[in-house]
Amino acid sequence: MSTLTDPPKEQFQLSMLVNDTRYRSLTFQAIAALVLALAIWYLGNNLIQNLRAAGLNISYNFLGDPSGYDINQRLVEYDSQSSHARAALVGVLNTLLVSVLACITATIFGVIAGVLRLSNNWLVSKLMAVYVEIFRNIPVLIWIIIIFTIMTAVMPGPREFRGDNATSSMVLDLFAFTNRGVYIPMPWFETGLFASATMNWLLVIATLVGSFFVMRKVENNATKTQEETGIRPNTKWIALGVWLVPLVLLLFLMGLSWEVPALKGFNFSGGIKIGGPLIALWFALSIYTGAFIAENVRAGIQAINKGQTEAAAALGLRPGRIMNLVVLPQALRVIIPPLISNFLNITKNSSLAIAVGYADITATLGGITLNQTGRAIECVLLLMLFYLTASLTISMVMNVYNASVKLKER
Amino acid sequence: MSDTHAQTVAFVRETEIPPAPPPGRETGVYKWMRENLFSSIPNSVLTIVALALIYSLLSGTLPWLLNGVWNTSSLQECREVLDGQVGACFSVLTERWNQLLYGFKYPVEEYWRPNLALLLLLIALAPVLFFDLPRKLLAFTAVYPFIAFWLIWGGSILVPIVALLGFVAAGVVFQKYGKGSFAVGFFGGILAAIVVWNVGGFLIPEGASENAMLAAVPSRDLGGFMLNMMLGVTCVSLSVPLGIALALGRQSSMPLIKWICVVFIEFVRGVPLITLLFVASVMLSYFFPPDATVDLFLRVVIMITLFSSAYIAEVIRGGLAALPKGQYEAADSLGLDYPQAMRLIILPQALKISIPGIVNVAVGLFKDTTLVSVISMFDLLGMIRGPILASTEWNGVYWELLGFAAFLFFVVCYGISQYSQWLERRLATDHR
Repeated sequence: MSTLTDPPKEQFQLSMLVNDTRYRSLTFQAIAALVLALAIWYLGNNLIQNLRAAGLNISYNFLGDPSGYDINQRLVEYDSQSSHARAALVGVLNTLLVSVLACITATIFGVIAGVLRLSNNWLVSKLMAVYVEIFRNIPVLIWIIIIFTIMTAVMPGPREFRGDNATSSMVLDLFAFTNRGVYIPMPWFETGLFASATMNWLLVIATLVGSFFVMRKVENNATKTQEETGIRPNTKWIALGVWLVPLVLLLFLMGLSWEVPALKGFNFSGGIKIGGPLIALWFALSIYTGAFIAENVRAGIQAINKGQTEAAAALGLRPGRIMNLVVLPQALRVIIPPLISNFLNITKNSSLAIAVGYADITATLGGITLNQTGRAIECVLLLMLFYLTASLTISMVMNVYNASVKLKER
Repeated sequence: MSDTHAQTVAFVRETEIPPAPPPGRETGVYKWMRENLFSSIPNSVLTIVALALIYSLLSGTLPWLLNGVWNTSSLQECREVLDGQVGACFSVLTERWNQLLYGFKYPVEEYWRPNLALLLLLIALAPVLFFDLPRKLLAFTAVYPFIAFWLIWGGSILVPIVALLGFVAAGVVFQKYGKGSFAVGFFGGILAAIVVWNVGGFLIPEGASENAMLAAVPSRDLGGFMLNMMLGVTCVSLSVPLGIALALGRQSSMPLIKWICVVFIEFVRGVPLITLLFVASVMLSYFFPPDATVDLFLRVVIMITLFSSAYIAEVIRGGLAALPKGQYEAADSLGLDYPQAMRLIILPQALKISIPGIVNVAVGLFKDTTLVSVISMFDLLGMIRGPILASTEWNGVYWELLGFAAFLFFVVCYGISQYSQWLERRLATDHR
């Protein structure tokens, strides 16, 4: 019986760095590290020389200086004496505002178009196919400009609402569509419980959140009863009461009233003004991305095996319930990952605001601030940092959701 | 037995009845409409709403389109011709046709050069797009970039020839040494190309472009739809090889190379193209040597190429991941080394899977070339928004111009996507 011995240990030789696959990867990585270091050194050296030649340095002190420009569309207090950092904050909020709005409406458009494209009505499905093809194949920048042109060149000026024989009139006496923007009524509280309007609104939101939790409790109870007795109690009227009664009571207590926009002097005043650029960007991003989402929704629904629908029908479910209980929950798994990347695209495409003068982060920090201070490197780096953070956050949040709806196998 | 039958039945038909036509409501248009348009009440409502929508769209646009004016020289003149009627002033397209296509600075007498370049582009693309064509045509595809460069920018013919010679030298070295070791052939090829370019740079005499056969055109004079086409074609063709390299790098087992690729791809995919274009227009020049003047076109090409290569890398990574692991193992068990396995086994299959995705990225990239108008380059959209709409003659002709731009992009992008669907059917070799 022979004894097993370890094979003779090979002595490490320098040539093994090239010829032995076990060590060759080390060589390659060393070369890559060297090349990377050289490239960084080369670019950094060029940067330092160029900056020295131009008499510049890298500094973020300019963010504290007064910006000296005005922003029309803003969510927080801001005037031309505010700092560049404040202007950037206004831009960040505007970017988030238009992205969130566009994500919501794009999803609505996309789901409607995607479902209608699968309709067995020939005309409707062809119409939706035309919508999808037209909007997918034309650059979003062109759509933004087209809608912006409608907002500025086709809409009537405030002047045309004036006089006895005015050529334009307000819709339902509540909404005014002008070339300076759309004016809608603004709700406010006559006898708010708090002095500040923000607190009053927070109270309303808190009430809604409370209703949501009460409703969830009611639904859970209903499910429990169903599991015990097999009959689900009707919660429709309870739901209506839980949602409406506290809300209506609160609004009545605080004296909700509407400030309707009215023509004063040369322009409308009162109400909420939604600027033309915001509408152009919002609507263009929604219909453009909606076309992409429609295709995802269609693919998701078509990916569900026809046997699933047939099995559900064989169980005696009605078409609406088949869609809600069988097809959609499965289709969502297919739809959601591309939906995430479409939301990311909306956020990134919202940077096209600069083309229509909507004051998002690209237009404030990357546009006016950059041009006024000449701090190109700092501004562009901050801009990239913001978008990178936003993108990574969205994909992280959506990935968590994606994991929660994932098919759970074994 | 047979005669009992005759007693119980009064009449037995012995000939076949000729087939009767189906009832009227089960045939033709009537049946089709009932099944496809009015199968239920909600469906009928949808149909009527859709018809109303189509009617309002057509009644709004058709008179405007059909009553268009094609041969006036200003908006005012056009309005006089229309005389209060609804109609489009398409004369802006005919009058500014050259500006829309070539920009406003490209010399008029040289328009044949981009036209010829476009024609040759179609010829060069043909063997790439359609596999049935003879493979020898690919030789022309390889030479095409240098011809196109010379045609569009003009100047000394020596520049593209030296550039071409560099690639030829690299190819020859790779052919000679690449058989033994891929790395030696690859890096040797790069070295050979650099040597040829440097030597060639010395040989090109100063001022060779002054009295060249084709007058030199600086790249800031490029514009119009030509600029969109050039950016699209150049960046897509440059970013495919770069994307393959990045995708392979991301799959690599070497942690350093993998992380370089991951960081690059995730960074580029996380920021909008417009910030990268800002980098190209205001920041990139800081990173070049102080005495180098790299023109804006080249800087934009660099940034768009980096941008789309990250997206293409992700598409190809999907293709690589879709291959069964057995393919990698089979390649290993045949004794192929990494470059051979990739070139002969893995990439041909992975690329086939990723073609639709790559075409999607290409269409998206082509649409995104309109973004260069934001950094004041005069592409088709830049021409429309800048010089044409700002001119006194055509101030206010929005719909004709924007509609024309939308139409051009639609034709190209829709064409590409139809090609991609055809190719997908063509390449479907699995039997389903």
